[in-house]
Amino acid sequence: MPVEEIPRETLLWMYETMVRIRVHEERVAELFAQGKVPGFVHLYVGEEAVAVGVMANLRREDFITSTHRGHGHYIAKGGDVKASMAELFGKKTGSGKGKGGSMHIADLDVGELGANGMVGGGIPHAVGAGLGIKLNGLDNVAVAFFGDGASNQQNFHEGINLAAIWKLPVVFVCENNQYQISLSYDKQQTIKSVAERAKAYGIPGVSVDGQDVLAVYEVAKEAIERARRGEGPTLIEAKTYRFRGHFEGDPQVYRSKEEVEWWKKNKDPIKLFEEKLLAKGIATREELDAIWEKARKEIEEAVKFAEESPWPSKEELLEDVFSTPTKGVLVWQW
Amino acid sequence: MAVVREITFAQALNEALDYEMGKDEKVVVMGEDVGLYGGIYGVTAGLYEKYGPERVRDTPIAESGFVGTAVGAAATGLLRPVVELMFIDFLGVTYDQIYNQAAKMRYMFGGKARIPMVLRTTCGAGFSAAAQHSQSLHALFIHVPGLKVVMPSTPYDAKGLLISAIEDDDPVIFIEHKGLYAVKGPVPEEPYSIPLGEADVKREGKDVTIVATAAMVHKSLEVAEKLAEEGVSVEVVDPRSLVPLDTDTILNSIKKTGRLVVVDEGYPRAGFATDIAALAASRAFEHLKAPVKIITPPATPVPFSPALENEWIPSAERIENAVREVL
Repeated sequence: MPVEEIPRETLLWMYETMVRIRVHEERVAELFAQGKVPGFVHLYVGEEAVAVGVMANLRREDFITSTHRGHGHYIAKGGDVKASMAELFGKKTGSGKGKGGSMHIADLDVGELGANGMVGGGIPHAVGAGLGIKLNGLDNVAVAFFGDGASNQQNFHEGINLAAIWKLPVVFVCENNQYQISLSYDKQQTIKSVAERAKAYGIPGVSVDGQDVLAVYEVAKEAIERARRGEGPTLIEAKTYRFRGHFEGDPQVYRSKEEVEWWKKNKDPIKLFEEKLLAKGIATREELDAIWEKARKEIEEAVKFAEESPWPSKEELLEDVFSTPTKGVLVWQW
Repeated sequence: MAVVREITFAQALNEALDYEMGKDEKVVVMGEDVGLYGGIYGVTAGLYEKYGPERVRDTPIAESGFVGTAVGAAATGLLRPVVELMFIDFLGVTYDQIYNQAAKMRYMFGGKARIPMVLRTTCGAGFSAAAQHSQSLHALFIHVPGLKVVMPSTPYDAKGLLISAIEDDDPVIFIEHKGLYAVKGPVPEEPYSIPLGEADVKREGKDVTIVATAAMVHKSLEVAEKLAEEGVSVEVVDPRSLVPLDTDTILNSIKKTGRLVVVDEGYPRAGFATDIAALAASRAFEHLKAPVKIITPPATPVPFSPALENEWIPSAERIENAVREVL
């Protein structure tokens, strides 16, 4: 989409949000290496344009469901970064009070229904959100993010079929980063594009360059507006690439260093967008530098908050299993 | 005292659904053949005509998809779905949505999620439906933290417990024994609720406690009736809600009688019966006058042939023998 057609404010929000995600993820990589972030961490570096291009079209009241690689979606949807950083550390002040961690980060206050540790697990949740929207007569939408690996999974097929037959306001966004852990895309399926699968459900399917935030913005805008109008779901495939391994510590024996370097050099979504913004005179170098500076400051503050936050107390172990006070015994010690 | 009319277990469930759908627009019913067909057990009969296809929603055979849809809809707070899963045996294809998603979201999100959904499903052998349509797999749900598990045995309990389950803000697995749908019993016309986590002493006695679930409650009551003629006083406790569990009522009964037989149609290992036996052993051992007896089917798949299936299902005779052994 030509930059001239998008408000400057939106363009700068997109740039800033991509930068915030990049800075966040690279900082988390360091923190993980330092042993400060326990568990598994799956970073979004290189894929920023997908979350941002889609989310630039969403409202706070819209819903999203996310994946293992959920930090980018969380940040772009407006999640509280201090709370998520504390969650990554396992602290009491975390978005999940230290009970969910990286793979389960959620912020229901901004419609982020959660990262998901199960591949494809969140896809039907977006369908459910879409059903709730429809039956309540709202004009919101739900977006399901998932990877190329999940597009082979039952939740993808069943969820997309339900949304199609019920004409729900759901947009399915496949982030095809070309690897399902170590298995390359061409070994997972015979079709060239996940978007081709839309045909099987009688809905539009579109494939887009996931490294071009404006291209993602454009197709997402169309799909989201279509959903808001009550015309049903769309399947979008955003072809992207993860610059880091599947998880931090992944030895990446399945791909060459040259391949990764090629993508970093030629297809970095932030660099590509930056060149456009500068060439078109939308922003100056100084303005963009200031955005990076601001993002670094924000993330450092979040890290400081996380580091200084207390651990959960032992009593909290038994809390939040159920929401309603209930008679009888839930946990007993033999 | 006013005479309370008698209706079937299926009708009692239907009344609970009708009441909740009438009361709260957020309550929607979803599942295979729940619409015009009225559910293969007739539990949703008439709801489609009354509330329309938007709120009584037929689904494709896509259990993971529609159970997951219910989870997502509940998590948004926009709906309170009641899902029908025709057979508990089918839960394998959707188990992730139940045990990893519905059950865990609240805990993992630090208490910020509510998942007000009910998954209604059926259990029970006795219909020559063989190994994939006859199981009683409630233990799989009891095992997983974050799920409430309800298993009624009478029409009265079915109505009151389903109303509570739908009004509950947590995921509830509501298990209906197929052999009970046609059972009639007194049910008030007006709505009422039975709190989850409250066991019911179905028959008072002083010599032996039988803890039994679902259809086994009725078999146990038959046995109690028969033994009463010989002067043996059997107390029958129906937990009704397996999670949360009313351990007080169960333990008080064991302490009173000093003898325990547990009767359950679930598989014998790591099941509900062993759970209750462990409870008795750890919390009421000093009151026990005899070893605890457990009556369950054998650890085999459910056989097809009626001759074998009759052998598989715990019989009144086995229950009676167990009671005699602990006396």
